[in-house]
Amino acid sequence: MKSYTKYLGKRVLYMILTLFLIASITFFLMKLLPGTPYSNQDKLSEEQIFIMNEKYGLNEPIIVQYGIYLLGLVTGDLGTSFQFNNTPVAELLSSRIAPSAQIGIQAVVVGTILGIVLGVISAMKQGTWVDTTATLTAILGRSIPNFVFAVLLQLIFGVWLGWFPIALWSGFASSILPSIALAISPLADSARFMRTEMVDVLSSDYVELAKAKGLSKWEVAFKHGIRNALIPLVTLLGPMAVALMTGSMVVENIFAIPGIGEQFVKSILTNDYPTIMGVTMLYSLLLVSVILLVDVLYGIIDPRIRVATEGGE
Amino acid sequence: MENILEVKDLHISFDTYAGQVRAIRGVNFDLKPGETLAIVGESGSGKSVTSRSIMRLLASNANVDNGEILFKGEDLVKKSEKEMQKIRGSEIAMIFQDPMTSLNPTQKIGKQIAEPIIKHQAVSKEEAYKKAEELLRLVGIPNPEKRMKQYPHQFSGGQRQRIVIAIALGCNPDILIADEPTTALDVTIQAQILELMKELQHKIKTSIIFITHDLGVVANVADRVAVMYAGKFVEVGTVDEIFYNPQHPYTWGLLSSMPTLETSGYLYAIPGTPPDLLNPPKGDAFAPRSEYALKVDTMYEPPLFKVSDTHFAATWLLHPDAPKVTPPAEIVARQSGFRTKQLQIQPSDDLSQMSGQDLEGPQDKNNLSVDELTTDRDGKGEANEPRY
Repeated sequence: MKSYTKYLGKRVLYMILTLFLIASITFFLMKLLPGTPYSNQDKLSEEQIFIMNEKYGLNEPIIVQYGIYLLGLVTGDLGTSFQFNNTPVAELLSSRIAPSAQIGIQAVVVGTILGIVLGVISAMKQGTWVDTTATLTAILGRSIPNFVFAVLLQLIFGVWLGWFPIALWSGFASSILPSIALAISPLADSARFMRTEMVDVLSSDYVELAKAKGLSKWEVAFKHGIRNALIPLVTLLGPMAVALMTGSMVVENIFAIPGIGEQFVKSILTNDYPTIMGVTMLYSLLLVSVILLVDVLYGIIDPRIRVATEGGE
Repeated sequence: MENILEVKDLHISFDTYAGQVRAIRGVNFDLKPGETLAIVGESGSGKSVTSRSIMRLLASNANVDNGEILFKGEDLVKKSEKEMQKIRGSEIAMIFQDPMTSLNPTQKIGKQIAEPIIKHQAVSKEEAYKKAEELLRLVGIPNPEKRMKQYPHQFSGGQRQRIVIAIALGCNPDILIADEPTTALDVTIQAQILELMKELQHKIKTSIIFITHDLGVVANVADRVAVMYAGKFVEVGTVDEIFYNPQHPYTWGLLSSMPTLETSGYLYAIPGTPPDLLNPPKGDAFAPRSEYALKVDTMYEPPLFKVSDTHFAATWLLHPDAPKVTPPAEIVARQSGFRTKQLQIQPSDDLSQMSGQDLEGPQDKNNLSVDELTTDRDGKGEANEPRY
C-alpha cells in the first residue's frame, strides 16, 4: 500500500506540472488575441487607456505580466475581472460553479447509468428487436447534437406540456431539462460501448465456465459479465466529462443557466483576460482530476492494474 | 455395471449463412461409472460439439436434430434450461482448454471455487468457502487459506488449471468432461495435470470424458478411446486395441503421424483436409484422403464392424470379402505386439443400424460384389499419395 501512495503522489505532481503548462500556454495564446479589453476604445484618449492599462498591469512587459500572474495563481489569487466591476474572478466563478456542476453531475450519472443498463440489455437480447431498438436509440442520441435536443425538450415539455420551466434557473425542477439534454450523449456513448464490451465478455471462456457451473444467463451476466465489461468503459469517462464541459456552454445558454460555460463565452468576447484564465484553469483542474479519478477507479475495478501499480517499484 | 451415460444416434447441425453444417452425424457411445473415455480427432471433427451437447452448452444456432443423451436414464436433450442448470456443475462438470482465460480476472479465486457449491448444495457461505479451501489443497495449491483471497493473475497457468479442476470437482460430479485440458500447457505441466486428474478420479470415482487431439495424452489417461472423424465415431476400442490393433485407415494415419523414439526422417502426415460438413460426402467421409479407399467407400457408408466385444471400426476393409491390405509398416509393427485374437469380423446389428440410414440405395451391405470392394487407387491418382 505504501508504494500505492507513492504512486498517487507522483500522479499529483504530474497534475500540477500539467496545470502549469496549461496556464503558461493559455496565457501567451490569450495575449495573441486581437483587440483590447476596451469595447469603446475610439472614445477613450491615449491617456485614459494608459491609466487603465497601468491599473490592470497591462503596461508591463508580457514576461513580467506572466510572472505576476503565476505568482497570483500560486497564492490562489485569480485576479479581478475587467468586465464585472472589479469583482474578483474567484468570487465570480464560485457563484457560477454550482449550477454548472449540478447539471453536469446529474447528466453524467443519469446518462452513464442508463447507458450501461441499455447496453447490458441489448447485449443480453442480442439480435432481437430489443437490441435493435436500443442500438437505434444510441445512434440517434450520438448523431443529434445536444442543443437540438435542448430546443426539442423545451418545446415538448416546456411549451406544449408545461411541466418544466423553459429557460429559467430556480431549483431542481429547472435543472431537469438541461440535464436530460446533456445526458443524451454520454448515454448513447456508454450504451454503444457497453453493448460491444458485454457481447465480447459474454463469449469469453470464463463466462462459458460460469455457465458450466450451472448459473443462469442473468446470474452469469451480473456476477461475471458486467464488472469485466465496465473496465474499458471507465476509459471513456474522461473524454465524456470533457465533452460535457464543452457541450454545456451551449446548453447553458439555451436554458439561461448562470453557469460557467455562459461566463466563459462572454469573457472571450470581451477580452476579459483574468476571467478567461480563471475559467481555463478551472476546467483544466477538473479535467486532470477526472483523469486521476479514472485511474483510481481502474484500480478498484480491475485487480490486475492495482497490482501492477503496487508492484511498480 | 450400468452405464451412467448413453448417447444414442446423436445428430447435431448448425445453421449458418452458408447453410446447414452437419457437425455430428450419428454418434453412439456409452460411459460406465469410473471410466475414462477419450475422444480423439482433428480440429472440426466434432469432439467439442459432442461434449458440449452433453452439457447442453451449444451455441444458439445449434440444433439437436435427432438422438438421445441418456444420463442416469433421463434424456438430457428433453430437459428444460432450468433442469439443466441443476445438472451443470453439480452432476456433470467441465474443464476447459485454456486456463489463462477460463477464470474470471476480477474475482477472487476462493469465490469462484465456492460459487457452484453455494449454488447447488444447501450449505452456508462459510462451509462453502471451507470446502473450497479443501479443494484447493486437494488439487495441490500450497497455502490455500492465503491463496483463496488472490486473483487469477497471481497464479501460473498450471496452477490456474488446477483451480479450474477444483471448481469442476466442487460438487463431486458423476461425469467430468475435460475439453483438451492440457493443450494450452507446456509439457511438464501437462504431465502434472494428467497425474492429478488420474489421482483425483481415483479418490472421487467420477467418470471422465477426455477430449483431446494428443494421442500421447490418450495413452496416458484413457480406458477406452473413440476416434472421431467428420462428425462420426470411426473406431472405438480399449486403449490397447486402438494403439496396438487399429483397424481404421484414419486411426492408422493418426498413429503414423505421431512421432516415436524410432521416428527418423520425415514424419507422416495425413494428406488432404477434412470434408466440408455443409455437404457431407457420400460414402466413407475419410475415403478421399485414404490410400486404402475401396470403390465401395465412395458409394456406401461403412457400418461399424465388430472386431472384438469392445472394439468396433467403421471401414469396409473389415468386410469379409474385402481385399487384404497391408497397413503402413509402423502399424504392422504395432499390431505384431498385440496378442491377436481370432478376429470375428461381422457388422454388429445394433451398431450398424444407425449408419445404415445414411446409406442410400437398397443395397444389402453384406452382399457387395467383389468388384466394388477392389481398391480404387488407380482411379484417384496422385491426390491420394501422402504429401510431405
